[in-house]
Amino acid sequence: MIINGVTIDATFAEAFPMKGTRAIITAQNEKWAMIAAQAMTGFATSVIACGCEAGIERVLTPDETPDGRPGVAIMIFAMGGKGLAKQLETRAGQCVLTSPTSALFAGIDGGIRIPLGKNLRYFGDGFQTAKVISGKRYWRIPVMDGEFLAEATTGQVDAIGGGNFLVLAQSQPQALAACEAAIEEMKKIPNVIMPFPGGVVRSGSKVGSKYKALGASTNDAFCPTLKGSTKKTDLSPDIESVMEIVIDGLTKEDIDKAMRVGIQAVCDLGAENGIRRISAGNYGGKLGPFHFHLQEIMA
Amino acid sequence: MSALTFTLKTRPDQRVDMSPLVCHALENLEPIEIAALKLQCGKRKVRVDELFAVSGYDTKHIMIKNSFSKLDYIGKNLDGGIIHVEGDVGAYCGMGLKTGVIKVFGNAGIYAGCEMKKGQLEIDGNAGDFLGGALAGNKMGMKGGLILVKGNAGDRVGDHLRRGTILIEGSVGDYCGSRMIAGTIAVMGNTGKFLGHGMRRGTLLLWNMPKLSASFNDCGSHTLAFLPMLFNSFKTLNSLFANSENAFNRVQRFAGDMAEIGRGEVLIKI
Repeated sequence: MIINGVTIDATFAEAFPMKGTRAIITAQNEKWAMIAAQAMTGFATSVIACGCEAGIERVLTPDETPDGRPGVAIMIFAMGGKGLAKQLETRAGQCVLTSPTSALFAGIDGGIRIPLGKNLRYFGDGFQTAKVISGKRYWRIPVMDGEFLAEATTGQVDAIGGGNFLVLAQSQPQALAACEAAIEEMKKIPNVIMPFPGGVVRSGSKVGSKYKALGASTNDAFCPTLKGSTKKTDLSPDIESVMEIVIDGLTKEDIDKAMRVGIQAVCDLGAENGIRRISAGNYGGKLGPFHFHLQEIMA
Repeated sequence: MSALTFTLKTRPDQRVDMSPLVCHALENLEPIEIAALKLQCGKRKVRVDELFAVSGYDTKHIMIKNSFSKLDYIGKNLDGGIIHVEGDVGAYCGMGLKTGVIKVFGNAGIYAGCEMKKGQLEIDGNAGDFLGGALAGNKMGMKGGLILVKGNAGDRVGDHLRRGTILIEGSVGDYCGSRMIAGTIAVMGNTGKFLGHGMRRGTLLLWNMPKLSASFNDCGSHTLAFLPMLFNSFKTLNSLFANSENAFNRVQRFAGDMAEIGRGEVLIKI
């Protein structure tokens, strides 16, 4: 398959089941809601070493938030429910509770309930009070700038992590420009996040390593400087840079949609802007049960 | 299907226990069986059709017409459905209400909504003492749901209130929120003496400055984030509380009752 001169490989992205949740952070203005959201989703690019994958889903207008203030929706994904709950609570406590004027609300009403402000309330040292409003429990925790308002729980649902595609370009600036264009479009899709810095990964990995202690190592088949030295390269001589976009989402359909708009944005730049191929990372079907076939998505 | 309607034929001299006439208890009963039910009236038991003209079929929607202040226990332990009452009601209206809605287009006697668990009780007129309170000797009053009074309420509103919301558009008597454990009472009018006497936790939300006991301490003026959400939850009510002009988030906060654990609060609109 070729779109605008860009070859879409006959391959698939391989993704795996995760547990996911969403939280809504509000503040006096969008600036401070975003600061709290960025802090809460920091150091959360990959479950390999961060414990979770997290990102900002989108900015919310005041009429979309529970307390009528500007807000930001964030999503967190982890390999299991316990890990997710721990990451959520730790991050909420250290990054949102501490952030001036912030409040924290559930972003998913259904699913299994996991603590959001339920345990943070103990920071109130006995001065905390609960309010049940429209059937939902909120904790009012006295803090130095006034009160920190946090919904007691949020919903944990089954999710999918590791959807991805690779952008293969003639040069590094062209690969990055294409990824930036893709991320701009993908950010408009609900229920997904791209957890890596700016949504883009330059260090895609393969399973395993020559070093026994490491479970993953550089994806040498897609490293342009190794074209002549690795046993099997996936790159043609004209490709000088490869970048990857990783997507976590609530459902397969959400990730399908995000991949479609992302790949389309890259293809819109086309061969004339140095984009040669779109490929995807998979591990021969060994890693995860969810397979996103690029040509089916773009059909 | 038309509402199951009980129209009072004559006003009995004795008080009537109306607790058998609730939606869930009448489900699957034929009209003839409903008419033959016995109600306690003073020391006698009388058939329903001796006191009321019965019409309609829909047991999920009960109407009581020509009601007056000696019809007690209307909607007691109601578990689903709607009860509309035209006229006044006696004592214990909506006592132990589990789910469903009771609307009274008149005044209510003492202990309305006492120990209710969930659901909604609306009173168009005035309510008597111990609204949403605990029965004498019991330690927990209303445990959930919402009571809306469009008129005034008597003494001891929300006595031992455990959870839930009581909204009063008018004024209340003495000891409002006495011995409150938690929950919210909002009063648009004036409040009597000994407001929040012995309250442990919970919120008394007031539009007018009350006369507070010495055991309530001033915590200063504050903008509280939960208040807009609370007012927003009233938007669907047919009430002054739904009017956004009556909403506020800036309050003077008093903590009390310091003679108890002092975790309660009185919030007064600034």
